[in-house]
Amino acid sequence: MDQIIGNFQLLLDYPIVNLKIIIDGVMIGALFALAAYGLALVWGVMNVKNLAQGDFVIAGGYIAWWLAQHGVHPFIGVVAAFVVMWGIGWVAYKLVISRVIERDLFTSLLATFGLAIMMAQIMNLLFGSDTQSVQLDYATYHFADGLIDVPAAKLMGVIMAMSLAVGVIIFMKRSRMGQAIRATSQDRRAARVMGIDTERVYSFTFSLNSAICGAAGAIIVMAWVIQPFYGITYSVRAFVIVTAAGLGNLPGVIAAGFGIGALEQYGSHILGIGYQQAVAVLLLLLVLLVRLMQQRRQRQVLR
Amino acid sequence: MIIPKPVLYIGLLALTVAAPFLFPAYMTQLATLWLMIIVAMTWDMTGGQMGYNSLGNIFFYGTGMYVAAVITIGMVYDVREYTDAAGGGIFAFTEGQYFTGLVLGSIGAGLFCALCALAVGWLTFGLRGPYFAIGTLGVAIAAGELVSNWEWIGAGQGISMPNYPGEFDEFKLLIYFVFAGVGVLLFIFLNWLYTTRFRSAINAIRDDEDKAEAMGLRTLRYKLVSWSMAAFFVGVAGGVSAFQLIHFEPLETAYQTINLGIFMVVCVLLGGKGTLWGPIIGAVMFHVIKEVTWNYFLGWQWVALGAIIIVTVVYFQDGLLGWLRLKKPEWFGIRVTKKDEVVTGPAE
Repeated sequence: MDQIIGNFQLLLDYPIVNLKIIIDGVMIGALFALAAYGLALVWGVMNVKNLAQGDFVIAGGYIAWWLAQHGVHPFIGVVAAFVVMWGIGWVAYKLVISRVIERDLFTSLLATFGLAIMMAQIMNLLFGSDTQSVQLDYATYHFADGLIDVPAAKLMGVIMAMSLAVGVIIFMKRSRMGQAIRATSQDRRAARVMGIDTERVYSFTFSLNSAICGAAGAIIVMAWVIQPFYGITYSVRAFVIVTAAGLGNLPGVIAAGFGIGALEQYGSHILGIGYQQAVAVLLLLLVLLVRLMQQRRQRQVLR
Repeated sequence: MIIPKPVLYIGLLALTVAAPFLFPAYMTQLATLWLMIIVAMTWDMTGGQMGYNSLGNIFFYGTGMYVAAVITIGMVYDVREYTDAAGGGIFAFTEGQYFTGLVLGSIGAGLFCALCALAVGWLTFGLRGPYFAIGTLGVAIAAGELVSNWEWIGAGQGISMPNYPGEFDEFKLLIYFVFAGVGVLLFIFLNWLYTTRFRSAINAIRDDEDKAEAMGLRTLRYKLVSWSMAAFFVGVAGGVSAFQLIHFEPLETAYQTINLGIFMVVCVLLGGKGTLWGPIIGAVMFHVIKEVTWNYFLGWQWVALGAIIIVTVVYFQDGLLGWLRLKKPEWFGIRVTKKDEVVTGPAE
């Protein structure tokens, strides 16, 4: 308890530490937002709540890590993770997801939970249960007498995440396929009547989501660490962000991603690093309860 | 069916009593089987009968373990000193202390979990469908993470329970019969409960909650009562598990979200949800499958289990009883007329 108060006091005594925490939080939050955007895409288009989201992220990370072990530059690893995870997402869609789209939501939740367990275990068997990271020998920038340190690798990761997000947004706005995806999410039946092959749209959307997650994971492994069983917390964070922001609200997803990142950094700073996972999950409960109270005011429920 | 019910029940009861003596080598497995039956049946109380798919019932299991441990230890020693010693030190328990701990600890665990269910349910029962599943999963994960940081009850190291004052075989037999006793009690209780208006009420909530509420049903009250009854039995099972395992730690054994927490759901789906016998049959099927994969796919057992979950959920969701119901409707008291019109009678 004393430690918690002490940590809190530190924030008040050295306001600059707040800035450091927020910068750290926003940088990792950009990657949370990327995974959450993929989730919102799949959720909105095919009404599947994907609990394996985080495991796609970790899988992408391991692809980049494995390539880096074999001398491939991590930046190429990001592209490779995007491509490979596209394929894995396509296989997962054909084998599992395509069969649960029409069913009730709990089915898709449970099926993707099974997928998550399977992927985590396969990664555990292939790569071992140690935390892994790719070491990049880039400079670390220091500000404010060294209190704020920004590794260039993290900065580059954020820039890559942003350019990926911009690319996806332009794709969704401009391309023919993006148009079809948006049409399907608005009204599946009408889209089909208009001659859109919704089955192709679904498989494309899920593969795209998986690829986005994979790229996010490949960026994460450059500046942060991954471990086979970290997946579920990334899924939880993606859920928090989407639940807080709502579907189809892109600025909201980005803002919520930054917010979750910053809050999590605050939580683990004040309570101690052991609570980091707990803070992520407690934020989920908090967001659910707040949404619940908003709905209750209008005599509605969250469904 | 052809076998009259009393004969069936007496036969099964005899099998329950005889099983540990017939297969002494599998005693621990049989006890675990009873644990699976208990958690599957309690999951079905909300998941199958009420339509609230909780992924967080494991929260009650883990909490039950810790409450039973704290009660047992707290009656004799200071909990802080005990956990600081982390299984070392000399903390002797007499026979009387052990058995009072077992009885009071398990029942106390059940009661505490029932209260927890009321509190958590009051907060989360506004969530419907997948949100409820995710919310309860969140509760279970958060509880595990918080407990693993709580020094007073041993943090990440967990707690060591007192050893059984006697022979090890005797201990295994005792644990088996305690689990079996709880399971049989639960079965008798549910067998009675599912004949009352309570079942109609929770089934109405499953079928259409808004209409049920419009009909004047106090849905929140029914949901809370149903979940806290389920939580009571899961808590008791958790308390007994604490004694069975002797040493347990928070993330892998107590709040084992991805093991038992998901197994219970798969058990119910395998057997057929919303039925009295479905969870029991499903638990037996799942336990057998699990043990076989554990033995023959060593190293890959988790992958095999994930695959089983996916296959069950995707291809076999109605479960064995649901499938039988489709193939042999007359066994369930459903009459099928010539024109392929299904006339439903009083379903069993």
